[in-house]
Amino acid sequence: MKIAFKLAFKNLIGAGLRTWLNVAVLAFCFIVIVFYNGFLNGWQNQGRQDAMDWEYGHGQLLHANYNPYDVFSIQNGHGNLSAEKTEDLSAVLVRQASVYPKGRMNPVLLKGISIDQKVIKLPIKLLAQSDVEFPVLIGKRMAETLKVKAGDQVLLRWRDKNGTYDAANITVEAIFESKVATIDNGQIWLGLDKLREMTGLTNEASYFIAHEAYQPTAIAGWEFQALSTLLKDFDAAVQAERIASVIIYSVLLALGLLAVFDTQVLSIFRRQKEIGTYIALGMTRNQVLKIFTIEGSMYSIFGGIAGIILGAPLFFYTLSQGINVGSEIEGMGVQFADVIYPTFGLTLLAGTFVILVFTATLVSFLPARKISKLNPVYALKGRIS
Amino acid sequence: MKYIIAIFFTIIFALQLSAQDATEILEKVDDNMNSETSITKSDMIIYGRRNSRTVTSVGYAEGKNKSFSEYLAPAREKGTKMLKLEDNLWIYSPSTDRTIQLSGHMLKQSVMGSDLSYEDMMENRKLTEMYDSEVIGEELIDGRNTWVLQLTAKVVDASYESRKIWVDTERYVPLREELFAKSGQLLKKTELKEVKKIDGRWYPTKMNYKDMLKDGKGTDFVVLEIEFDTEIPAYIFSKAALKK
Repeated sequence: MKIAFKLAFKNLIGAGLRTWLNVAVLAFCFIVIVFYNGFLNGWQNQGRQDAMDWEYGHGQLLHANYNPYDVFSIQNGHGNLSAEKTEDLSAVLVRQASVYPKGRMNPVLLKGISIDQKVIKLPIKLLAQSDVEFPVLIGKRMAETLKVKAGDQVLLRWRDKNGTYDAANITVEAIFESKVATIDNGQIWLGLDKLREMTGLTNEASYFIAHEAYQPTAIAGWEFQALSTLLKDFDAAVQAERIASVIIYSVLLALGLLAVFDTQVLSIFRRQKEIGTYIALGMTRNQVLKIFTIEGSMYSIFGGIAGIILGAPLFFYTLSQGINVGSEIEGMGVQFADVIYPTFGLTLLAGTFVILVFTATLVSFLPARKISKLNPVYALKGRIS
Repeated sequence: MKYIIAIFFTIIFALQLSAQDATEILEKVDDNMNSETSITKSDMIIYGRRNSRTVTSVGYAEGKNKSFSEYLAPAREKGTKMLKLEDNLWIYSPSTDRTIQLSGHMLKQSVMGSDLSYEDMMENRKLTEMYDSEVIGEELIDGRNTWVLQLTAKVVDASYESRKIWVDTERYVPLREELFAKSGQLLKKTELKEVKKIDGRWYPTKMNYKDMLKDGKGTDFVVLEIEFDTEIPAYIFSKAALKK
């Protein structure tokens, strides 16, 4: 085995440019696979963390009639819970309303959350310092939609619990910036007590956000959704992207492996006398087969090592600076931060390396199988039967 | 002392009279504006930012609880039908050949992009059932003398907490109406014009509905033809009529 490796190594180094071209192609494949997977991992980790920090906390307890994806459920999707059941929970009340910036009607969701809450990063406590009657907090995206800035007043129309219209000027106290668009687009945040007072829905909530210490128990009329359930759609979106990326890698890897395969075929054809000599000197056909297969797989080992060395500056740079994907892709419907910090774990590097070596060994072995059927006499004469 | 008592009783009497008068006026308005049945052909002119469009429809109504309307023009809306029975509203769309029932938040949507919402069409109760009223003054509108009635909700589920109605003192036809939020903010305004005597009753044939919070000229509703107390076949007010 040791001889096989030594011979394979010497042969590869001796082959010169042909070897380095193969290594370069495989190194490129390695870098692309590692980089893109690292990007997807980073996107998923960041997205999950942001969703936890800004929207879901450690799970949500939803009123049985409330479905965040169904606007028709908002009207009746609320209820109240006794104080002992809401320990380690922060209530959110959701109502529908319309705002009229400069005479344009925009339907909005009014969301009331306690000004003292600490479960999500929403800076709702800024409203506590306000001395206006209806201070509200909106996100950057919503501010752009409404074309308003901090300090602006907008007319809001809503209905109370009996369906009677009410209207008042609200003041945009502050504009927050979050990577989570689902707490921003089309939403106006205000103090929970204020919204309850406006609508007459005393002690009512549409859902509760769970703190870390919350222990879910079965509560009639309410349904707890764990973080994994809440993030199901996001994870599915990332997974779909992974599946799409596998197709791209496969094509790329196939091109790289085709180069190795070609080299092997050519190598066996041109080195028939060498193969015959090996067998004539006493090597079994399988030993010769091993030498050629190891040669092929060594392309991938060199490719992997070269990939790590050449890719390291790129990996380290993106780890520290992130990848700016811009805000243009926000409308794609999935959660994207402006800057994604990729995650290159040892599993990713080792996994990609193993795939590369395994596939390269396989495509090296396939043409080399011919050696096992080789007649040494013909081989010495330079003829493959 | 006698004077004070006399003034006191005069004020009380005047207030009672005013309340009673306002209720009577409202009842007469309700009687005048509502009929057993009606068949109306009308144009709804919806003013947009740049242009306007006209939707023609024919509507059948029986009391306040049953109504059926079919859109005749433009081509895009032609064949769309709407049926209201009590608190239920169904819409049939010929393009999809489907009937859907509107409920909840869907009722808050605008009718064909106008300033009217489906919900505005769903109110079945008479004004006298929902509001306490009083006459707060008299005004001249387009040369017609009107009473100004202040209506305050006496039921908790009225869409508008208060209303102001200008009623023609001779014809008992409202010429203007303003709808207010709980905070007193003016939300909607209706102007009723071109009052004509039709089948023995005075009826406005041009109305303008305006959402006061939005920019624009609002929506005009022009009555082209109207018949009162004509017999309407019962099948018109059935879901089967939507697909006919």
